[in-house]
Parts: sequence; structure tokens; C-alpha cells
Amino acid sequence: MIEVSGLTKLYGPRAAISNLNFTVNAGEIVGFLGPNGAGKSTTMKILTGFMPASFGSAKINGFDVFENPIDVKRNVGYLPENPPVYLEMVVEDYLDYAAKLHEVPKSKLKASVDSSIERTGLAHVRRRIIGNLSKGYRQRVGLAQALVHDPKVLILDEPTVGLDPVQIIEIRELIKGLAGQHTVILSSHILPEVTATCQRIIVINKGQIVAQDSIERLTNRMRQGLLYHLNVKSPTASGIQALKSVSGVKDVTLEGSKILVEVLPDQAELRDRIVEIAVTEKMGVLEFAAEKLSLEEVFLQLTTQEKTV
Amino acid sequence: MKFSFKKSWTIAAKDFRTYFTSPIAYIVIAGFLFIMGWMFFFNLSHFNLQSLQYKQFGQGKGASLTEGIIRPLYGNMNVILLFLAPFITMRLFAEEKKLQTIQLLMTAPLSLTEIIVGKFLSAFLLVATMMSLTIVYPIVLVIFGNPDIGAIVTSYIGTLLLSSCYIATGVLFSAMTENQIVAGALTFAAGLFFWLINWASQSAGPVFSDFLDYLSLIQHYNNFSQGIIESTDVIFYLSFIGLGLFFTHRVLDSYRWR
Repeated sequence: MIEVSGLTKLYGPRAAISNLNFTVNAGEIVGFLGPNGAGKSTTMKILTGFMPASFGSAKINGFDVFENPIDVKRNVGYLPENPPVYLEMVVEDYLDYAAKLHEVPKSKLKASVDSSIERTGLAHVRRRIIGNLSKGYRQRVGLAQALVHDPKVLILDEPTVGLDPVQIIEIRELIKGLAGQHTVILSSHILPEVTATCQRIIVINKGQIVAQDSIERLTNRMRQGLLYHLNVKSPTASGIQALKSVSGVKDVTLEGSKILVEVLPDQAELRDRIVEIAVTEKMGVLEFAAEKLSLEEVFLQLTTQEKTV
Repeated sequence: MKFSFKKSWTIAAKDFRTYFTSPIAYIVIAGFLFIMGWMFFFNLSHFNLQSLQYKQFGQGKGASLTEGIIRPLYGNMNVILLFLAPFITMRLFAEEKKLQTIQLLMTAPLSLTEIIVGKFLSAFLLVATMMSLTIVYPIVLVIFGNPDIGAIVTSYIGTLLLSSCYIATGVLFSAMTENQIVAGALTFAAGLFFWLINWASQSAGPVFSDFLDYLSLIQHYNNFSQGIIESTDVIFYLSFIGLGLFFTHRVLDSYRWR
């Protein structure tokens, strides 16, 4: 549905994004993850045809964004960083306007507006002036605007920014509900957001893709070993020495009464051995647990490491 | 690329309504009508006095309505519109750029031409509405006198064309900045400059002075005020508008590249 190859955007000598390649299949929800200024918005602006790229090409539904911008725009619903709402307009009128601009035929106009209002939970504010709505509601109006012409592709730039927790959950549910009928790309600099809504993530940093995969696979790939937490009553020096001598153990550190045992990636099944040593050394095992690296750490690794996958 | 007037109309209708949901339209129209009424009233009373004097001293058939009222009335309307047009046009693109609502237009299946024509049309409709409200003055003249209807009609056409030139200039400057005050001030300055450009013709050589006269917006209005529609004047105004909108297209196109 979306094919991006060699996409580059230069601002003067500085590259906002350089040589991006990725594809998004129909019906997929893909998260665009990266810190602020990574080039997420720039990529999205290019995909929507708002801004031309310096090099490379992007195709949506088979149409090139540069050669056939109008055809691309017909198939895309876009929610920019700041919802493009006219503050002096009434919600309903605004959506009606957005629908007309997106060529919704007159006979379907009312139904389209109604359904987008319903899907975004705006029914009780539909006659209100947008300027009088809270930030969260304006965001929803922006989202309703992106949905109103029932586009094949939705491009959502930080869709939950500025919302309260309840609204965030609602919007995420809404986005998840779009899977299958719509292809969605959403950007975020918040990890849990992406894990909560997306099937696949593309991590971008300093204008380059550093990883793209499903969330589980990415976690696995990034897990450069396992970390075991061994909580004991009385750690002994000889015990620690014994643990260190086990083949496959990378490092052992002592933090108070907690022994942290770092194990090489392919040596995951050393648990028995570790506990055994703890028991024979009479350290008094209180707790034993394996720590899974959270995505947050993955992300940190992805974006702080010089050279990555 | 196909041009769809329907889409331009959607934009024009929305922006026209926006003038009325904000205080802009009411203030501009009220100011316009107040000054027009004030001028009409004093024009009329002065004209009455004059024609009474003409009669007393028996000079011919008295003063001409066209020369005494219609010409100054619509001449003044032109001046007022020169002042008011910047207030009407300054928000058109500048506000959309500032609030980034322009992204809605730029990512909808619209060509730049459709957007620009829509914007131009919304301001044009407001000016046309303002002008149509002044139709009471000629009605008063028709009831109590015998004015030259042709001159009135051509004055309206000329004024509408002339103010469309201000609007086109305004659309251009509005597209160039996010700051409405800057857009308005530049529009006013440019409008006034093209009005007064032929001042330099007195000191210019014969060919160049003709050229400057030709460029002056107000020179082309003279025929209209006398009930004459000259094709060169119409062509001048239309090309002025076209050029303004064409430059707007270039400006907005380059805006996307930045």
C-alpha cells in the first residue's frame, strides 16, 4: 500500500531524512518511532504530498506522491502535528467542509460526517464551536477530519499528544479498530503508545531508519543477553567467584544483597546452574527472577548506540 | 490538471461565511457604508446648493448629475476600497499559514489554482456584497432626479474590477507571510503605489510616461466613470488580477519546497 524507497529530504545542507526505505502492507498499523526531530513529521509530510522530497520516491496505493499528488491525496487522510482546525467553525460544519474538499459526493456527505463524528465520540459536541473545545477534543476533531472521506491510508502525526489518559486510551482503541479496513501509519516518541496500537514499528533516528520489525522480534533482537536477579540473604565472595566461573556468564555484579548475573544471549538456560551454586554456597536464596528488557530500553539502545543493526 | 470550479466554490463559500462569523465583515461593511453615506449626503447637499445657484443665475440647464454626484461618489468608493481591501484580504492565507490549517488545503485533493481562486472569490464576494448595499444611492437619484443609468452601471463594473485588483494584490501578499499586519500593510502600499505610479509620468520621456499612465490603476477607471467600457481597460484590469494570482501560485508552490 505504501512503498518508500531512497527517500531523502534536505534542508539546505542538512538532511532531515536520508535514504529511507520501507513498505507498509494494506490493513497494517505501523508505528513510526523516534525522538523529537528524528524526521518523523518530515516523512509524513512527504507521504501526504504536502512537501516534495529531495530524492527518492514514495508511492501510495500505486500512485507516486510527486507525479500524481492529487490521486495520492484522494487516498490519504492526514492528521498533522497540530490539528488543522478552524477555531471559529462549528464541529459539524468543519467536517462537512473537509468532506467536500476530499470529494465526498453530495449524497454521502451527511452519512460521512455522521459516521466520523460517531467514530471519534464527538456526538455531544457536534454543534459546538471548535475554539471553545479542549485540546483533546480538538485533536479528535482533527482525527475525524482525517477519517471523514474514509481514506485507504491514514497518516497520523502524534495522534494522542496533549490528551488525558482516558482520551489516550479511547483514541488508541479507535486506531486499533481501524486495522484491516485502513492502512495506518502513526508517529510517536512514546513507546507504550506504539506497543499498544501498532503491529509493526519503524524506529527512526537522525533521519535514518535504525530498525523495523514486529515488536516481539525487535525486543528479541535487541536483547543482548539476559539478566538474572538473584536476591540472597548473605552473599559470599566465593559464591560470586563461583558464578563468574560458569561458562556462558558474562558478568556478575553485587548490588547490596542482590546479585545481578548477566548471561550471554545463547546461554539462556543457565538458571539451574545459578541457583545450584547459590544453594551450595549457602547464600540463602530469597528470590530469583529473569529480567526482560522492556521496549523502552530497546528504544534507548536503538537510538543511543552509534552503530546499530 | 483539471480545474474544478466546484472545489474553489467550496473554499470561497466557507471563507465568505468566516467573514460573517468573525466581526470582520460587520466592521468593514459598517465602516464602508457609514463613510459612503456621509459622502453621499454632503455631495448631494452641495450639489443641491450648486444647482439652485445655477438656476438663479440662469446658466443653461443646471449642473450634471453624472459630473456632480455619480463621478465623485464612485471615485470616493474606490478610495475607501483601497483602504479597506487590505483588511479583507490580509487573513486569507496568512492566517491559514500561522494556524497551519493550510495543511488541510494542501493535503486535500485540490490544485493550488483551485485554492487560490477560492480565496480570491471569497474576498471578491464580500466586496461585491458591500457594493451592492450602496445601490440605495442611485435609487435615491432615480427617484428624485434623472441620472445617467449607464454611467452608474459602468461605475459599478469599473469599481468592482479595480477593487478586484486590490484583492489580487492582497491575496499575493497574504500568501507571502504568516503575519496579517505585514500582509495588509504591503497590500495597501502596493495598491496606493499602482494608483499613483503615473505621477512620475510628468517628468518622464514621452514613451515612458505613456507606459506609466498605462500602469496606473486609476487611469483605467476614468472611462468607466463616464459610462464608457473600453476593452483596453478591462483587459488591463483582468491581466493585473491574473498576474497577481499567478504570482500567488508561484509563492505557494515555493512555500511547499521550504
